[in-house]
Amino acid sequence: MEKILFLSHTEATGRLSAHALEALGAAVHLRERTGGELVIGLFGGRVETSQVSGTVFSVSGEAFAASRYATDAAAGEQLCKAAGATLVIAPATSRMSRVFSGIAARCGACVDSHVAGLQVKDEALVVTRWYYRQRLQAEMTRASRPWFISIDAGVFEQFKGPGNVIVEQISPAVDASMMRTSVTGIQAPAVGEQTIKPDATALFVAGAGWTKKQADGRSHVAEAADLILGFLKKSGASLGSTKSLVDLQGEGQEVLPFMTHLNQVGQTGATPRHQKGLAACCHGEEPHVVGWRFINERRAINLDANCGWARGKADVLYVADAFQVMEQVNKLLSE
Amino acid sequence: MPLTIVVCASVVPDPLQSLIPLQTADGFGLKNEMMLPHVLDPWAGHALYEAANLAKQIDGCKVYLVSLGLKAKLQQTMMTIAQKARFDLIAIDASHSGFTDSAQTAAVLATAIERIAGLDRANLLIFGGWESASRAAGTTLQILGEKLGIIDQFQAVDEIKMNGDGSFQVLERVDGGKHQISVCAGPPAVLGWATGNLPEPPNNPQLGMMNMRTAMPAIQQAGSADIKDKALAFHNVQAPAQRRDTRIVKDLSTADIAQEIVEWLKQN
Repeated sequence: MEKILFLSHTEATGRLSAHALEALGAAVHLRERTGGELVIGLFGGRVETSQVSGTVFSVSGEAFAASRYATDAAAGEQLCKAAGATLVIAPATSRMSRVFSGIAARCGACVDSHVAGLQVKDEALVVTRWYYRQRLQAEMTRASRPWFISIDAGVFEQFKGPGNVIVEQISPAVDASMMRTSVTGIQAPAVGEQTIKPDATALFVAGAGWTKKQADGRSHVAEAADLILGFLKKSGASLGSTKSLVDLQGEGQEVLPFMTHLNQVGQTGATPRHQKGLAACCHGEEPHVVGWRFINERRAINLDANCGWARGKADVLYVADAFQVMEQVNKLLSE
Repeated sequence: MPLTIVVCASVVPDPLQSLIPLQTADGFGLKNEMMLPHVLDPWAGHALYEAANLAKQIDGCKVYLVSLGLKAKLQQTMMTIAQKARFDLIAIDASHSGFTDSAQTAAVLATAIERIAGLDRANLLIFGGWESASRAAGTTLQILGEKLGIIDQFQAVDEIKMNGDGSFQVLERVDGGKHQISVCAGPPAVLGWATGNLPEPPNNPQLGMMNMRTAMPAIQQAGSADIKDKALAFHNVQAPAQRRDTRIVKDLSTADIAQEIVEWLKQN
């Protein structure tokens, strides 16, 4: 029988993020399938337990407020050792992803990240994850324990069953060597200019076609920027980009001013999860299209009816001029 | 103080290649893997360019490239990479397949790094890609850091700025398209790089010749390592069926297309 630890940091409010609650949902799912025991380990500046139930091991305090490897690893290590779990389930947030396999190493555990599925077959835990940047999918089993598993966002339902808790406070030792790194701030676009929105329903994927010469023989980058930003503002969509579009910056070409490598989707970018995806002016074959592999409903606008990005990959391909279509879309969204 | 920058980078099939999984006697692999063109792992490549750039700014810095992969593929890849940045190669002949375990890989890398003659641990920066384009896990560098006793670690790094007092500032990607800004008192540290800010350096044949004088012997003398984890088993490896029945809309006016898109976006 497996003993499962759900391990996560809390947010500044002391509460769990939506992603963390999804991973907790995965841990509960696993407990139900294995008939095992589930305990919870939380760390952060503040730890609230109103979203969970059962036994909670907690590490809190000023030293653990910052998202810093040394202190997060110390907290995670002590929580794992207190729980004595055979399986550790965590959300693959940026903070957990920085430290999770380091904690596994300290606990002599094996580790798998970005897990996209958990099943129990013939009493064995089978994990599904992607390899080669979303080009191959594999199921895997491990005979050794402890096994640390981090869960990608958008895979499991959020846990919604808070109840009674028994809290055990743990106080890892913190010394000066663990405080050599200071988190001094967060750099983010100004409010209203934030183009990456993980919680948005839709993803808009812009391709390099937006910066190319149009029918009049000239490029219209400023107009493209206005159309895209207008659409993001009116629709609430998140913005993704093909590699070719963000690479233009390094090649000295005129670029969309708000587009950075953070927007890049695909093999060397992100693979965000959204309900809907609308791609415009995107080109490329299979290896490039992994950027919207986890988009459920996909539509594309392109002048080329045989566009490899869309044909066989999208549900609908509109063969049309994206500048004209998006101008109309923005007008309709404004009404 | 001069830095020692060790860049850990393996080789991967060219991202433009379509991959077909294959069950072999030794577990899963890729069909015609040895025939596929390979490149230096893209994010680890960025780490190398950032290391070379940093080394140029501080006198006396040394850059090592520790590369774990099959010799034949390392040799092919180095012909290109050697023209991009100055480094000393430490080659390890082992499987660079994605279907391996990161802890085993990290252990082999740690041993290779610890064997560097005169390694200055106090001024050591370990660089690499935050995730590989094979296992895509983002786990190896952390485990490597733990094995080397380094507890200042940063992942998804886009920028490092050295300060005059030996400390440095790091920008790491965090959730929601933002960067976390941290200041570290100084080396040793582990940095898993994302894209960074530097373009890929142009090929420099002279630099390539200089690097290859030491890289070729390093590859020829590379020790082999077994990184197979017998407790790990893969099943059902497949390229997912991606084909969708795309409806091609050619005969609608721009206004009608826009109307259809807006209605679709507004559906729950």
